[in-house]
Amino acid sequence: MHPAISVILFTVTSGAGFGAVALIGAGYPLSDNPVFFFLTALVAGALAVIGLASSTFHLGHPERAWRAFSQWRSSWLSREGVASVIALTLFGIFVLARLFTDLPTQGLGWAVSAFSIATVFTTSMIYAQLRTVPHWHSWLTPAVYLAFSLASGFLLVAAAGKASALGEIPVALIAMLILLIAWALKIVWWQRAAGASLASRGMTSGSATGLGKIGEVRLLERPHTGGNYLTREMVHQIGRKHAAKLRFIALVIGAALPVVIAAAVAWWEFATPVLGLAFVAMLAGLFVERWLFFAEAKHSVSLYYE
Amino acid sequence: MTLLPAPSTKRLGLVIDLDICVGCHACAVNCKEWNTGGYGAPLGDVDAYGVKPEGAWLNRIHTFEVSPKDSPAQIVHFPKSCLHCQDAPCVTVCPTGASYKRSEDGIVLVDEDRCIGCGLCSWACPYGAREMDPVEKVMKKCTLCIDRIYNDNLAEIDRVPACVRTCPAHARHYGDLGDPNSDVSKMVAERGGFDLMPEAGTRPVNKYLPPRAKTSPNTPPKQSEQTESLEATGFLGWLDKALEKLG
Repeated sequence: MHPAISVILFTVTSGAGFGAVALIGAGYPLSDNPVFFFLTALVAGALAVIGLASSTFHLGHPERAWRAFSQWRSSWLSREGVASVIALTLFGIFVLARLFTDLPTQGLGWAVSAFSIATVFTTSMIYAQLRTVPHWHSWLTPAVYLAFSLASGFLLVAAAGKASALGEIPVALIAMLILLIAWALKIVWWQRAAGASLASRGMTSGSATGLGKIGEVRLLERPHTGGNYLTREMVHQIGRKHAAKLRFIALVIGAALPVVIAAAVAWWEFATPVLGLAFVAMLAGLFVERWLFFAEAKHSVSLYYE
Repeated sequence: MTLLPAPSTKRLGLVIDLDICVGCHACAVNCKEWNTGGYGAPLGDVDAYGVKPEGAWLNRIHTFEVSPKDSPAQIVHFPKSCLHCQDAPCVTVCPTGASYKRSEDGIVLVDEDRCIGCGLCSWACPYGAREMDPVEKVMKKCTLCIDRIYNDNLAEIDRVPACVRTCPAHARHYGDLGDPNSDVSKMVAERGGFDLMPEAGTRPVNKYLPPRAKTSPNTPPKQSEQTESLEATGFLGWLDKALEKLG
């Protein structure tokens, strides 16, 4: 599949943003200073909004995007739109209520968390629902998206928050643990993907043309000598060539580096804002990981073009 | 509305005979011609007269080579357009309600004024039946020439999809595949018509008829016949032996 920059940017940054929003809603201890609290909330919300805004860049008609709220009964993309707007609206009310009133906000906070997590889940289901792309069509896809969202979101709030430990456990140690779980899930995802070829789902040139009953099927000529929307969007091949190297890069920048930083923070008891470095490294690693998520995925339409 | 309607008894679609198709691309050309002036926005092209022409087509003809185990390879021309699936995944994924399946005849259409051009329906389609228009930025797909088949202003003979009307070899047939007594349904039953990629779970309405089994007049003769024919007699036998002696 074609790895569109806007979609990569969207899924990574809004994942981190909604992860952070979910944790703030769940009551992660942030600064008592109202200005600093507001800025932290602003960064988390902005990441989520930037992601959503960038996702509209790849639309043919962004001016009609409002229509996408209507089909939540059948469409995961529509559900994502609905969930994200509810989550962000509730988050805005939550932040204002915390800043300017003494009203109890914990109930609202849980609702913010629930809708933020639901947003990330619906994003992942846009891909996981597609039977046409066996790489994605698994419950592991939402698991990985949620884990990465919470891990990157946790690094952000941990860097900005006032707590050095939650209960008895140092924040950096928790960060390390979440990072390891998230990347372990991704490695399981990669392992499953290695076995999830089109052929393993029964999709071959033979079944795509129905000619497999006669003999071995091979494409002799494409319909046109030039490319088309389908070949650019779904028969993208460049990414697969360097897949192994890129996975290594993603693991070094997105997993090893943040884990080492978190370990250093835990060991030498650095101030938690140092975890901000881990957040930046992880985000960079996730861009590579997400690029591969698209570039490596094979769509069944390639059976008619390869 | 992107929920699929209750299954209709009428299921309009195409039957494509792979035995007959000669790969002339006339159906694709006539499709492009009709649909650029018919339903919805024109079918856009980019760099149409330049070095890298590209555009939206609703029907494309692929060519495959099939190699049976015990006979020579054969070429099969393979036209492909929307199959108007009964369980159309392109419809349910649409976030705006632009993509829909008609309850009265099962035709899958795009309401272009509602389409935001997100492209998700084209990802959901296993067959590559949907293409984004490069100029209008909305999703384009086969309409089964809905502006022909119900068009009372056309002569009755023309009230079929443009691809069917134009096919010089009669490889394409249009009709109601929900009616077991229709010509197309009978054809499918007689010839063993099949679905493309049934494992995708889409239950296509359109059917394909397989190429008929080839006769093989050029089968090499059996070994025993061969040795027999090599034993020449008479003058040729003498010549054979004489030449053998020369070494």
